[in-house]
Amino acid sequence: MSDNWKYQYWLRCIHGVGNKKQRKLVEYCGGAKEIYRLSKEQLLKVSGIYEKDAEQIVKSRLVWDLEKEAQRLQKTGVQMVTIEDKEFPERLRHIPDCPYALFYKGNLLSNQERTAALVGARMCSSYGRETALMIGETLASHGISVISGMAYGIDSFGHWGAIRGGGATYAVLGSGADVCYPKGGRELYEKIQKEGGVLSEYLPKTAPVAAQFPARNRIISALSDIVILVEAKERSGSLITAEFALEQGKDIYAVPGRINDALSAGCNRLIAQGAQILTNLSDFLEELGVSSAAYNQEKEKENEKMKNALEKEELLVYSCLDLSQKNMEDLVKITKIPAQKLADLLVRLQTKGVIEEYYKNHYRKK
Amino acid sequence: MYSMVMTAIVRGLSGVCIQVEADVSNGMPMFEMVGFLSSEVKEARERVRIALQSNGYRLPAKRITVSLSPADIKKSGAGFDLPIAVAVLAALGEVESAYLKDTLVFGEISLNGRIQPVRGVLPIVAKAKEMGMKRCLIPEGNRMEAAQISGIEIWAAEDLKELVSYLKGKPCRQKPLFVSGDAKTENTEWDFSEINGQESVKRACEVAVAGMHNFLMIGPPGSGKTMLAQRIPGILPPMTKEEQIEVSKIYSICGMLPQNGTLISRRPFRAPHHTISPSGLSGGGRVPKPGELSLAHKGVLFLDELPEFKQSTLEILRQPMEDKKITLARQSGTYAYPSDFMLAAAMNPCKCGYYPDRSKCSCREFEIARYLGRVSKPLLDRIDICVEAPVLRYDELVRKECGEPSAVIQQRVIAALERQKHRFLGTQIASNSRIPSRETDRYCKLTKSQQSYMKQIYQSMRLSARGYYKILKTARTIADLDGSEQIQTHHLNEAVCYRVQDEKYWE
Repeated sequence: MSDNWKYQYWLRCIHGVGNKKQRKLVEYCGGAKEIYRLSKEQLLKVSGIYEKDAEQIVKSRLVWDLEKEAQRLQKTGVQMVTIEDKEFPERLRHIPDCPYALFYKGNLLSNQERTAALVGARMCSSYGRETALMIGETLASHGISVISGMAYGIDSFGHWGAIRGGGATYAVLGSGADVCYPKGGRELYEKIQKEGGVLSEYLPKTAPVAAQFPARNRIISALSDIVILVEAKERSGSLITAEFALEQGKDIYAVPGRINDALSAGCNRLIAQGAQILTNLSDFLEELGVSSAAYNQEKEKENEKMKNALEKEELLVYSCLDLSQKNMEDLVKITKIPAQKLADLLVRLQTKGVIEEYYKNHYRKK
Repeated sequence: MYSMVMTAIVRGLSGVCIQVEADVSNGMPMFEMVGFLSSEVKEARERVRIALQSNGYRLPAKRITVSLSPADIKKSGAGFDLPIAVAVLAALGEVESAYLKDTLVFGEISLNGRIQPVRGVLPIVAKAKEMGMKRCLIPEGNRMEAAQISGIEIWAAEDLKELVSYLKGKPCRQKPLFVSGDAKTENTEWDFSEINGQESVKRACEVAVAGMHNFLMIGPPGSGKTMLAQRIPGILPPMTKEEQIEVSKIYSICGMLPQNGTLISRRPFRAPHHTISPSGLSGGGRVPKPGELSLAHKGVLFLDELPEFKQSTLEILRQPMEDKKITLARQSGTYAYPSDFMLAAAMNPCKCGYYPDRSKCSCREFEIARYLGRVSKPLLDRIDICVEAPVLRYDELVRKECGEPSAVIQQRVIAALERQKHRFLGTQIASNSRIPSRETDRYCKLTKSQQSYMKQIYQSMRLSARGYYKILKTARTIADLDGSEQIQTHHLNEAVCYRVQDEKYWE
């Protein structure tokens, strides 16, 4: 294998020379190795490269130890792909601010893969959580990879859903690809890398700085065929992703919320502005050109089977949970079943695997 | 002349007898006291001297020596004034020493000869009776308290003059025992019927009490956690006479026994604020006084805002909850106070208190985890029952119909505890919550199908070994409430519903 990537890494690391200039240089010379050999005068001939930049490049060449730095990169376990390589995601090449290089752990998504971004609020409701998990799972089980930002809330649940559905999922981070942020998402971070990968345009070991997060959103939207918003407040980072998606000409789907629900205000406004509304998963899959008939049938059969397995009183409690999550006190009031009996029923439903307790004495349908 | 008077001090919950000897003999005129005295006892010399003088007794120009023995016990407390004064009077021949035989004397005196009440009367009088004393000479202010111990004569005096007259042979005047009325009405203060809604929490309370299980409520602010906890003592069975005396002794040592001629008849409910220090909870001081743990003996210790308590304070709870007593070692000796209480704790689910209602709660995941993490795992392991106390809606709040009154619940609890008493006859176990893990197989027998059912639950709900035993014990209590000797599957299910979910939130 050629040692071209060592030069590419050098180019990526030059201080003060950004994405745009890096791309221009590569366009002009054809590769990082060639740039390394250019003199200052030759460099100045490249349009957009000024005296200061040329000086920087020459200077960095003097202090940069190609071998040592390459070893250092290898040690982090992070892999690099640049616009010079043909593995570089094709979708990304077309955006105006395409990064010169992409770092990743796990796998890189292929150009043939169908992808959807699933983004939303960090502080989500359990409705949002459920929806994200469901959409993630459905997409993944239909061979559509889920792309998101691994933040708490909807992002994480989208990833988890995809993992549950047995598909690939990719996280685009606002920190270095070897930095797990948020820290609490360690398990997810590891799991994503099994089927999918963790990507970042930032150098390994880069700390998660707030300013880097809006920028990574452009990569999320660029890598995806469509963008789905699950829960977003009136002012939300997810709306930035939606804006990038619009610029990049992607379809935007928003999951509607109740009119007075602050957590869904952003989504609802997007719908009002003309975003597609996501109400029915099978219709949605149809639109994407994925057959959903078999999927539907299976779901219905499962539902029917489960309902048959429940006793009368269990069914009563279950049907109360059908619509939304409730705590024990609400259920006592609605079903008029005494607390001790209800406790028994709830655990029975839990062991049958149809409901789950997501917080102490708060239950919901599984 | 030589004389000897008996007195006693409190050590732990019981009294220790102290001999006070006085000797008046020729020599340099002086008043000397020996016998490992603390400074408040040394000060007694001046008080006694002046009190005797102001009551017309002239101390002769002789050498007066007072010795308190055994000499290896540190003498502290205010009760030594009176025995010293009586011993000196006896040595001077002012009183008949025949009356001092089999008599225990204690009390504090002021300069003009008035006898002041002291603390810890109940354990001292009980000790006197145990030692076979005939009578106690005590301050008038302690008469009511002392009268609770039957079978011993109580001579209460208001001042030195009155006391001396008794010791000269005047019969002690019998004063009526004043019984205040409010002691009786105490019990009806708080009732479960006043609480609307919260059916699931009420039921969990009942189960917790019926097996003396420790109990945790999680809920947003204003959901009535404190209100519920306050009513727990009301459904506990009434205390027996022995229990009343034991609890009253503790309160007597702290000077908290109401002076209305009754014992503590209502089970204690202690709710220390979360700023309490470790020694406030355990008991503290050079000669340690009982802390909140002991004041809650035979009753309920309620810790509101559990995560707000200092870690070091909460860790204190661990040993007393296992041993049912707390042992405090000090320079002056080792003191043991009983602390057999039921722990009721309440906490918010997160800092703002509204999780999992995300429309109100804006805490981040790690903040919630950190908040819950303040309650240590070892403490959580000692809690058998955990429920959510939800917020009340308006219509619940104003609902007119009454819930079940405490008296009805109490009847069921008493019946359940009766069953347990019968079951554990001849063992150390007091209630279901105290069944040791290795003996759960014996007391909480499951059928084959129930065993496989529990195996399924154990795996699907990711229980720990400890969590599993807690469920069995709770199920045992629920079955007892139901009047069933065999644990049924629905008892198990209900117990599972009340489990402490340690996996999800405490890791």
